[in-house]
Amino acid sequence: MTETVAAASPSNCLLRARRLFCERGERVLFDQLSFDLQRGQVMQVAGSNGSGKTTLLRMVCGLNDSYEGSIEWQPDDPNSHFEAFLANLIYIGHRAGVNKILTPLENLRWSCGIQVRADDEELLEALARVGLRGFEESQCFTLSAGQQQRVSLARLLACPAAIWILDEPFTTLDATGVQWLEQLIHDHASAGGGVMITTHHQLRVDNLSVLSLG
Amino acid sequence: MESQTATTFDAFRHTLKRDLIVAYKRKNDVVNPFMFFLIVASLFPIGISPEPDRLAEVAAGVLWISALLAAMLSMDNLFRADYEDGSLEQLLLSPHPLYFLVLAKNISHWLVSGLPVVLVSPLIAYMLNLPAESYLVLFLTLMLGTPVLSLLGSIGVALTVGLGSRGLILAVITLPMCVPVLIAGTLAVEQTQNGASLAGFLAILGAMLVGAISLAPLASAAALKISVN
Repeated sequence: MTETVAAASPSNCLLRARRLFCERGERVLFDQLSFDLQRGQVMQVAGSNGSGKTTLLRMVCGLNDSYEGSIEWQPDDPNSHFEAFLANLIYIGHRAGVNKILTPLENLRWSCGIQVRADDEELLEALARVGLRGFEESQCFTLSAGQQQRVSLARLLACPAAIWILDEPFTTLDATGVQWLEQLIHDHASAGGGVMITTHHQLRVDNLSVLSLG
Repeated sequence: MESQTATTFDAFRHTLKRDLIVAYKRKNDVVNPFMFFLIVASLFPIGISPEPDRLAEVAAGVLWISALLAAMLSMDNLFRADYEDGSLEQLLLSPHPLYFLVLAKNISHWLVSGLPVVLVSPLIAYMLNLPAESYLVLFLTLMLGTPVLSLLGSIGVALTVGLGSRGLILAVITLPMCVPVLIAGTLAVEQTQNGASLAGFLAILGAMLVGAISLAPLASAAALKISVN
């Protein structure tokens, strides 16, 4: 079974978590949690407030290492190492990672520049596609929360990465923005990417699997 | 393989450039430590004595302590804003070695807060009646010493960036580490006035700088990971 999968695609599984256990204070957030994130899959992490959704996403990215169990990054790829996984990852957290002093273009130049090579034309196009045409040179504190979120989301377009880990990406977006992002997630999964997402919003995408916490 | 190293350099360059742009746009963060340095250094003659001879005695120490305090004051800018807006998480998620990215931030921080202080120090030394032959010594030792202060301070900031109320803790962590630099710097000025060779002191400060450049960003990177965790 593994052989056929390996023959079809050397790294079909992007992420493999086994028997994760995490507690916060005295409270157990999750125990014996196992899941795989496959190419083409959109995984919605569901759960009530405080059930550890953000904690799980941060664990998966390696930002939080206070857990037991194992997380393997791109386990089917024999050449994989953590840096290769990071090069293939975009994480958009609660805090957008957008410096308010800088312009959207300057923000994007840095956040993509520390990951991949990208030229200004690609970045400008990404900004135009998230609906920030005309705002490239305004400082981000003059933009609304939703527009700042869009600056952050522009990374999804500007940096090629197979794994998207999105923590409540819909919160500040307007209705068209929500629809647009859903379409983007859908297209990304269809193109062989994997998405892990937390949201309280009803996702309308194919290949959706739900991981319930708490 | 070569393109990989090239992109690490790109990441370094992007980080350096970004921090310099941020500093340029937030001018009061740049000007504050510099003004603080000028004010503290000018208060000493008022507090101690305006007598030229007594001032000359303490001039080197005054300049070094003022430079150290100015460095402390500016330290908080290093990671705080990035921590609050989430950029720090992005930095940690870069596939490139964190060492180089932290080093880039340290270099930018020194260029913005340390270098102006070094450049203006001969002027303050003149005001404090430091003997003219010591200007060069003071300038060179500050040039080697202030980057060490930035690099060491960065460890302290990285450790405390996640704390809600930092208050004095940053100074408590950082200042003791800076004492050897302070000793070497002030001693160099004093001893060369008495005929000692400058080379030894420069060698000591140079060694401190090399040690700090190679080790401090590693410690800062580890501390950042803990703070974000």
